[in-house]
Amino acid sequence: MATDILMPALSPTMEEGKLAKWLKKEGDPVKSGDVLAEIETDKATMEVEAIDEGVLAKILVAEGSEGVKVNTPIAIIAAEGEDVSAASARKPAADAPAQAAPTPTMQAEGQAGAPAATAKTGDDAPKAPASPATITNKTPAPVMAEFPEGTEMVSMTVREALRDAMAEEMRSDESVFVMGEEVAEYQGAYKITQGLLQEFGARRVVDTPITEHGFAGIGVGAAFTGLRPIVEFMTFNFAMQAIDHIINSAAKTLYMSGGQLGCPIVFRGPNGAAARVGAQHSHDYSAWYSNVPGLKVIAPYTASDAKGLLKAAIRDPNPIIFLENEILYGQSFPVPKLDDFVLPIGKARIHRPGTDVTIVSFSIGMTYALKAAQALAEQGIEAEVIDLRTLRPMDTDTVVESVKKTGRCVTVEEGFPQSGIGAEIVARLMVDAFDYLDAPVLRVTGKDVPMPYAANLEKLALPNVAEVIEAVKAVCYR
Amino acid sequence: MDSATEAGQTKSDLTPSEAAHAPAPNTPQFTRDEDLHAYHEMLLIRRFEEKAGQLYGMGLIGGFCHLYIGQEAVVIGMQMASIDGDQVITGYRDHGHMLACGMEPKGVMAELTGRRGGYSRGKGGSMHMFSREKQFFGGHGIVGAQVSLGTGLAFADAYKKNGQVSLTYMGDGAANQGQVYESFNMAQLWKLPVVYVIENNRYAMGTSVARASAQTDFSKRGISFGIPGEQVDGMDVRTVREAAARAIEHARSGQGPYILEMQTYRYRGHSMSDPAKYRTKDEVSKMRDEHDPIEMVRKRLIEAHGVPEADLKATDAKVRETVNDAAEFATHDPEPDPAELWTDILLEARA
Repeated sequence: MATDILMPALSPTMEEGKLAKWLKKEGDPVKSGDVLAEIETDKATMEVEAIDEGVLAKILVAEGSEGVKVNTPIAIIAAEGEDVSAASARKPAADAPAQAAPTPTMQAEGQAGAPAATAKTGDDAPKAPASPATITNKTPAPVMAEFPEGTEMVSMTVREALRDAMAEEMRSDESVFVMGEEVAEYQGAYKITQGLLQEFGARRVVDTPITEHGFAGIGVGAAFTGLRPIVEFMTFNFAMQAIDHIINSAAKTLYMSGGQLGCPIVFRGPNGAAARVGAQHSHDYSAWYSNVPGLKVIAPYTASDAKGLLKAAIRDPNPIIFLENEILYGQSFPVPKLDDFVLPIGKARIHRPGTDVTIVSFSIGMTYALKAAQALAEQGIEAEVIDLRTLRPMDTDTVVESVKKTGRCVTVEEGFPQSGIGAEIVARLMVDAFDYLDAPVLRVTGKDVPMPYAANLEKLALPNVAEVIEAVKAVCYR
Repeated sequence: MDSATEAGQTKSDLTPSEAAHAPAPNTPQFTRDEDLHAYHEMLLIRRFEEKAGQLYGMGLIGGFCHLYIGQEAVVIGMQMASIDGDQVITGYRDHGHMLACGMEPKGVMAELTGRRGGYSRGKGGSMHMFSREKQFFGGHGIVGAQVSLGTGLAFADAYKKNGQVSLTYMGDGAANQGQVYESFNMAQLWKLPVVYVIENNRYAMGTSVARASAQTDFSKRGISFGIPGEQVDGMDVRTVREAAARAIEHARSGQGPYILEMQTYRYRGHSMSDPAKYRTKDEVSKMRDEHDPIEMVRKRLIEAHGVPEADLKATDAKVRETVNDAAEFATHDPEPDPAELWTDILLEARA
């Protein structure tokens, strides 16, 4: 009985990859454990092993093919004694993934779920210019100019942008170093520090044992002397082990010392839900850290913001929480090609201008917000979408000015509802924009439950585009 | 745990320290000047702390106030073996360390009273003072946190290759914290120049070492990481300095961390509100009478070095004056300007 070998997933968020190399050829006998092929994504390489004995009857995806979707059959193993040609003939109509272009598809699409939504995928988006503003990942076209007009733009993933930001700052300042688990020889658990060890050496790219509490404290102690550590947490879930040093040692010492002892440190890593990793690996800490005086908290969405804000964070003399998102790591955005592109911390950006309602979000929440805005535009509602980018200090002015214009507001975040970022925005609007509101502000958030594992439950636990659309219609009384 | 077992363990806990305090035949000797220096430095801490206790009783010092009385020989012996540039970091029983680092008694006392002339301009308090100039890095209120931070100071020393050593203090209570062992591991892994000074004063707040620690020999706490350690009579400033010199040399020469368990004793309660029900009055008075670190030096100065008692009285008077001046300043210095509430939260970013 012939068996299909399927394209494996290397990580919970992988949707496609490159079939780098075949190590067996058609007709070769294989036994369980034999390495058949090598698979690559932008962050990892893995070997595909045979699970059964038999003969490699047919290779369905040629070596070097890119964009091979997970679960696509890539080969057929025939049972011993089985007619190989017959076996291979059984699957003539396998997908032809090799012809799929390496497009930066939106991995978040699978996350959003959006059963009722009319939102487009990243691939479709450019063909549907329903609104005058460009609102897809590929062309964020910031409304506020943050670099000279005519600057050349290069397409770059968030992952590459983060790495470039660190590398550029490490080149210009000897006191900057990176420490964390698997940042050096492994090249980063999520490949954010790829290549840094090779360029800067083990003195400045420091692999730590799995001891978050200890190395966060060591980072803070080093920062007290004027070094500028970048402490990578493999995810912010693990920073719970270290939160005492983040809050008690890093955030408070400047104040407790009467201004004598600053702490120029960046704590960075992926925050929030990835995909199917369960409650202990999916927590969104945005609201937690944004609660603490003495910290600055940044949560970028685009690669351009990731780069410009991480560079600013590394130069900042204060402790910075830099919240990344695993699902955004592989997404591409245009990034200005400048020698030194630094963005101001604490400034929100109007990502999409609109007149009827203000949607405020940040980080991956922007994917729901933007898709909802596009769908709403088709229904005659022009949403202004604001990307907070920095959560502390929070740029309330930009939000208030927008609400003065639209009179309505919806917030979008993946975190929990109680005491969340949305709750904070609602409270500020009550004080600063009460007279301009035509409807109560609504929040779209993650549900008030620990993150479930089951795929259907996880989709339900996260916000989705349909919920954003529904909330916008509610505040617009539509 | 029944009371019999508890009492038995407390008793056995005393034994090694008692042994350590027996006069050793090869006790290192101090010159006359060294003994005079140690006497003055330890007396300053003693009188300062006594005054702080008084001001606390008068309501001038608020919150927590952890006195160092009885443990003076530890920090003074350590400082006598260190050089300018070496960093010091400790927990919340920190006034002695600040004075030993050369911080001004006035500024320390004014911080205790929460006044604008305090080292942290009144915003830190007893547990949170710092001096970049004197390389004193606090003053930390979370038990054990200073151990990771102190290891970070050593990381920076190694990174900068500046030849400095981090003197990282903790108590016997902190020595049971998990991050201490995370730090030990990394310090030895990376051969960081840090000396861990475990001030074993026998009680973590009200819990005796025997009741809290499975391994009561703290010098062995680094064994699984290959960090050398030794138990030191922390009541004798001479043995402290000798061990400190050995440990600091080890760290400075690139051989990595070193652990010193200082067997010491605090006469006063854990903090000012300590009911002292966990030990007997006899235990305290026995330590005071037989092992007082200052009295030992005083006796030596008179009997061995032939210093006239009048000279020591003059030193006493000078120290009292310094402490009284500090108390006077700390009592009359104004409270911080209300605008200080909003300063020092973040630093301005460089252009």
